[in-house]
Amino acid sequence: MKRRQFFGATAALVLAAGLAAPATAQDAKTFVIGVSIPSATHGFMGGLNWHAQETIARLEATYPQLDFVLATAGEAAKQVSDIEDMLATRNIDALVVLPFESEPLTSPVKAVKDAGKFVTVVDRGLSVAGIEDLYVAGDNEAFGRVAGEYFKAHLPAGAKIVVLRGIATTLDNERVDAFEKAIEGSGIEVLDKQHGDWNRDKAFTVMQDYLSKYPQIDAVWAADDDMAVGAMAAIEQAGRTSEMWIIGGAGMKEIVKRIMDKDPQLPVDVTYPPALISSAIEMTALNFVSSAPVYGRFIIGSTLITPENAAKFYFPDSPF
Amino acid sequence: MRNLSLSALGPLAALILLIGLGASLNDNFLSSANITNVLARSAFIGMIAVGMTFVITSGGLDLSVGSMAAFVAGMVILAMNALQPRLGVGLPLALVGIAVAVGVGLLAGLANGLLVTRVGIEPFIVTLGTMGIFRSLVTWLADGGTLSLDFTMREYIGPIYYGGFLGISWPIITFALVVIVGEVAMRHTRFGRYCEAIGSNEKVARYSAVKVERIRLLTYVALGLLVGLATILYVPRLGSASGSTGLLWELEAIAAVIIGGTALKGGFGRVWGTVVGVLILSLIGNILNLANLVSPYLNGAIQGVIIVLAVVLQRKKASVEGR
Repeated sequence: MKRRQFFGATAALVLAAGLAAPATAQDAKTFVIGVSIPSATHGFMGGLNWHAQETIARLEATYPQLDFVLATAGEAAKQVSDIEDMLATRNIDALVVLPFESEPLTSPVKAVKDAGKFVTVVDRGLSVAGIEDLYVAGDNEAFGRVAGEYFKAHLPAGAKIVVLRGIATTLDNERVDAFEKAIEGSGIEVLDKQHGDWNRDKAFTVMQDYLSKYPQIDAVWAADDDMAVGAMAAIEQAGRTSEMWIIGGAGMKEIVKRIMDKDPQLPVDVTYPPALISSAIEMTALNFVSSAPVYGRFIIGSTLITPENAAKFYFPDSPF
Repeated sequence: MRNLSLSALGPLAALILLIGLGASLNDNFLSSANITNVLARSAFIGMIAVGMTFVITSGGLDLSVGSMAAFVAGMVILAMNALQPRLGVGLPLALVGIAVAVGVGLLAGLANGLLVTRVGIEPFIVTLGTMGIFRSLVTWLADGGTLSLDFTMREYIGPIYYGGFLGISWPIITFALVVIVGEVAMRHTRFGRYCEAIGSNEKVARYSAVKVERIRLLTYVALGLLVGLATILYVPRLGSASGSTGLLWELEAIAAVIIGGTALKGGFGRVWGTVVGVLILSLIGNILNLANLVSPYLNGAIQGVIIVLAVVLQRKKASVEGR
C-alpha cells in the first residue's frame, strides 16, 4: 500500500501545482497546446515533423503566453496514451492531433473535447462527425484529380500509362478513384496499378517489373515523390528515360528543385504539403491570442507545382 | 550430393515450378533483363541470408540486420557527403564509402556478438534491442527524412549496382562469390562443422574443446560484414537511406534460411538451400507484378504458405530419420 500512497501524494502535489499556477499568474494566463502527430517513419511524415517543430519554435518565441507539448507516436495505441497523458498531466487547453488511424483515436479525442478543450483534427478525420472545433486537411480527391487532368491534357488518346499506388488505405483509394475519373473518356489506357507503398525501394522494384512487362509506356503516375525517385532510377537503368515522364506528389524538395530546373522527365508535381500541420497549429494558436473566429473546416487544395511557381513550394532546409 | 531427401528437394522443386509458372505467364519473364533484375534485387537479402544461415545454424538469431543495413547505409552517405569537398568525386571517395560500410557493419556485428557471448543475453533480446537502436539512429541522423548522396557522386558509383563484368551485373557476381565461400565454409571447414556442433548440442561441443563463444562471436561478425557488403551494393542503387530502408529484411532473410532447409533451432545448415529460399521469395513478388495473377494484397499470404510448407517438409524429414 505504501507505493500507492506515495503515488497518491505525488498526484495531489501535481494537482495542487496545476491549480496554483493559474491563480498566481492571473494577469498573464498561459495556454498549453498539445500537439500529437505520427513519428517520422517516411519522407512525408519527416517533413511534417520538421514543420511542426519549426512552427512551435516560432510561435513560442512570438507569443510568450503560449506553451506547447509535442508528442510523436509510432502507432495508434501509443498516440492514445500520449493524448491521455497530455490531458491528465500537462493540463492542456487545446489539442492539435493528426490521428494515426481514425477508429482508435475517436474516443480519446472525444474525451479531450468533453473535458472542454479546443480540438483541432488534422488530415485524417475521426469516425464520428462533429467532435472537432477545427478540421485542417489536404484534399485527396483533388490530389488525384489534378494529376489526372494533367495526364488528360498532355497525352494523346491511346497513350499508355502505369500507376504506382501507395499503402492500401482509404486515402489511397480516394486518390486513385479521382485520378481514374479525371482521365475517363480521354482514351488513355492504364496498363497496370500496383502498390509501391510510398517507398523508394518498393517503387523501384515494381517499376522494373513494369518495364519488363510493357514495351510501351508513355507516362507514369507515381503518386508520391518518394516513389517517383525509385521509379526514375528503374527507368534510367532500363535506358528508357526519354520515353516517358513522371508525376509524383507531395512536394519533396529535390523534386521541386528539378521542376524549377525544367527537367523534361518531371514536368510538374501535385502538392500535398506536409506543412499543413503548420496551418493547423497556427490557427489553433490564433484562437487563444486573437479574437479571429477559428472553427469549421479548412481544406488545403492540391495544386500543380510548375516551373513558374515552384519557388513558392521550395523549402531547402526541410528534410523532405 | 548424397541422400537428397524430400526436405532438400522440396524447395528446389518449388523454385523450378515457380520458374515454369513465370515463363508460361509472361514472355518477358525469361528475358535477360528480368533475370538480371530479379537476381540483382535478391543479392542484398541473399548475402545477408547467407550470413544468417551460419548464425541460425549455431543456434543464434539476428533480428537487427534490416535496421543495421539502414544504419550502415546512412553512415556511408553521411561520410561520403562530408568528405566530398576534400576528396572530390572519384575513386578515393568511393573507397572511403566502402571502408565505412565494412567498418560500421563489422562493429555492429561485433556489438551484437559480444552482447550475446560475453554478456550472455539471449540473441533474440539482444538483436531486438539493437534493431530498435539502429532504426532510430538512422531516422535521427536523417532528421526524420531521407539521407541522399550527392548527385554527382551517385552517378560516379552507380556502376557498382548497375554495371557488370561480361554482361553479369556486380551484385550478382558478388552474391555468387559470397554463396560459394559460404557453401565451402559450411561444408568443408572446421568453422562450419563447429557451427553445426554448437547448434545441435552446445554442451557436447564445449566438452569437445570447441571454443563456443569465439565461434558464435565470429558468426555475428561475419553477418555484420555481409550486411556491410550488401550496403555497398545498395547505396549506389538509389543513393539514399531513410527510416524505411531495409524494413523487414531480417524476416525475409530468416524466412529464406528456413525455406532452404536450415533448422531454426540450429544444428544443421544448408547455404545453397538459403539461396533457393531467397530466389523463391523474390520470384513470388516478381511473378505477381508481371502477371496480375492474384491481388497484390495477397503477396504476403503466398509467401506465408510457402514458408509453412517448407517447415512441414522439414518435419517429415525429421520423423523419417527418427530425430
